Amino acid sequence: MKPLLGLTAGLLFFCGHAAADCLTRGTGDMGIVIERAAGSLQVVDTTAHKALFRVEGLGDLSHASAVYSRDGRYAYIFGRDGGVTKVDILCGKIVTRVVQAGNSIGGAISQDGQLIAVSNYEPGGVKIFSAQDLSLIADIPATGIIDRDGKQKGSKTVGLVDAPGQRFAVSLYDSGEAWVIEMKNPTAPKIQRYTQIGALPYDALVTPDGRYYISGLFGQDGLSLLDLWHPETPPRIILQGYGRGEQMLPVYKMPHLEGWAMAGNRAFLPAVGHHEVLVVRQDDWVETGRVKVHGQPVFVMARPDGRQVWVNFAFPDNDTIQVIDTESLVVVKTLKTGKGALHMEFSPRGEEVWISVRDKDEVQVYDTDSMELMYKLPVDKPSGIFFTSRAHKTGL
Amino acid sequence: MKRKAPTATLILAITVMSGTVSAEISPVRQAEIIHLLRHDCGSCHGMRLEGGLGPALVAKRFTDWNIDQLALTILYGRPGTPMPPWRPFLTDGEAYWLATRLKEGIQP
Ligand code: HEC
Repeated sequence: MKPLLGLTAGLLFFCGHAAADCLTRGTGDMGIVIERAAGSLQVVDTTAHKALFRVEGLGDLSHASAVYSRDGRYAYIFGRDGGVTKVDILCGKIVTRVVQAGNSIGGAISQDGQLIAVSNYEPGGVKIFSAQDLSLIADIPATGIIDRDGKQKGSKTVGLVDAPGQRFAVSLYDSGEAWVIEMKNPTAPKIQRYTQIGALPYDALVTPDGRYYISGLFGQDGLSLLDLWHPETPPRIILQGYGRGEQMLPVYKMPHLEGWAMAGNRAFLPAVGHHEVLVVRQDDWVETGRVKVHGQPVFVMARPDGRQVWVNFAFPDNDTIQVIDTESLVVVKTLKTGKGALHMEFSPRGEEVWISVRDKDEVQVYDTDSMELMYKLPVDKPSGIFFTSRAHKTGL
Repeated sequence: MKRKAPTATLILAITVMSGTVSAEISPVRQAEIIHLLRHDCGSCHGMRLEGGLGPALVAKRFTDWNIDQLALTILYGRPGTPMPPWRPFLTDGEAYWLATRLKEGIQP
């Protein structure tokens, strides 16, 4: 460690290599944890349960997400300020960084690993970059809308994911659309636009097999379902009945649909405006059950073997995590982590789950069988946790 | 969901007129409200309030707004949109104090 670095407050949280020496090892048991307030991240070792590097200078990470190159060496981090940063996790350093829009929300990597797509709030739209050097390849502006003040602007784009066939799918919040962008020829994107998919899609996901693209709707009951095997058929609304006739509760943080929780042929989804997790049969998209939970669910994530679903919650219930047994649909554990349990990530085969606890400045690692706290890592205002096992999963 | 703005205006107007609003917000509570602004409002408006799913909460946006309008939006939300009512977590006085900070321009 260089003595000079000791002056930065961040180092209080970190003990590992100086950025100069690169590691010689596989990355399969590595990951990153976003430090949302400091605009930095920590590279972690999920076997040793320790930090390896701290990387600074990533801009506004208040709502950051990340994807991995298929060799598991590079993480691409999407920040709220429109920044896209390519980080070499073996060397703990930034390779390239571009600030591509005023305000962005998330990104995806293409099936072949060559393209990085970013969705933007401001100005709305999707930009596609080379995964190599982050040079711009395509710029697809969003549908124009008139905002509350009568000003013309682009619809916000949300729920951007990759899909088989070198495609990306994205939803448009203000204009209620879903687009499928095919990038087989990078110089000539082919865009299929579906209009009127439902009111105010706020996030979306793709099923792990890459077949179904599902957008959560804030402005109406149900979710919008697009079958990517049949792009000729427009999306339809599923789970239309859910929430009907019930008072919608206020939502203090929007649920995230990333991380499709599948257990057998059932999917688990966060309800919006109801303190429930919805259980859906995947064959015909019929609701087969609901699990009452502690608050507005934000992330509903299945342990890789599908036996448990872990749920975190929106303000003011973000000090709690609940675990649902997927066989009995019973909440088997309620954990109090401390305030600001923002994100969860399972180890690749699920024996552990890492949980960010913002107000405690720590990541807590639980054994998923005993549900006991095993380790704590000091991290400055941690939010998203992303392990390299995502590199080979569609939609993550 | 139905909007209850008229009653709210009345309640707030009374509180405001009684002159007891910002006086009683302790420094500790002020720090809590700023923490709320940064992290919880921030989850939709951006931690630096530069916008997200919700619009940027910056002074230039609010030049034509009066404090009441701003405080009411915070307390009662905007039905039909994701902007939730903060009534359960903020008193009228606290919302008024926060509205004043936002109108002045604040970087939490
Ligand atoms: C769950 C998301 C969410 C949270 C959390 C949230 N807001 Fe909002 N807010 C919105 C959205 C979306 C809008 C825009 C609504 C519309 O479409 O008119 C909005 C609008 C506003 C407006 C009106 C701005 C304008 O330009 O019209 C104010 C003021 C505001 N919010 C303040 C706050 C404050 C203060 C907090 C925290 C105490 C907060 N919001 C938390 C989503 C949120």
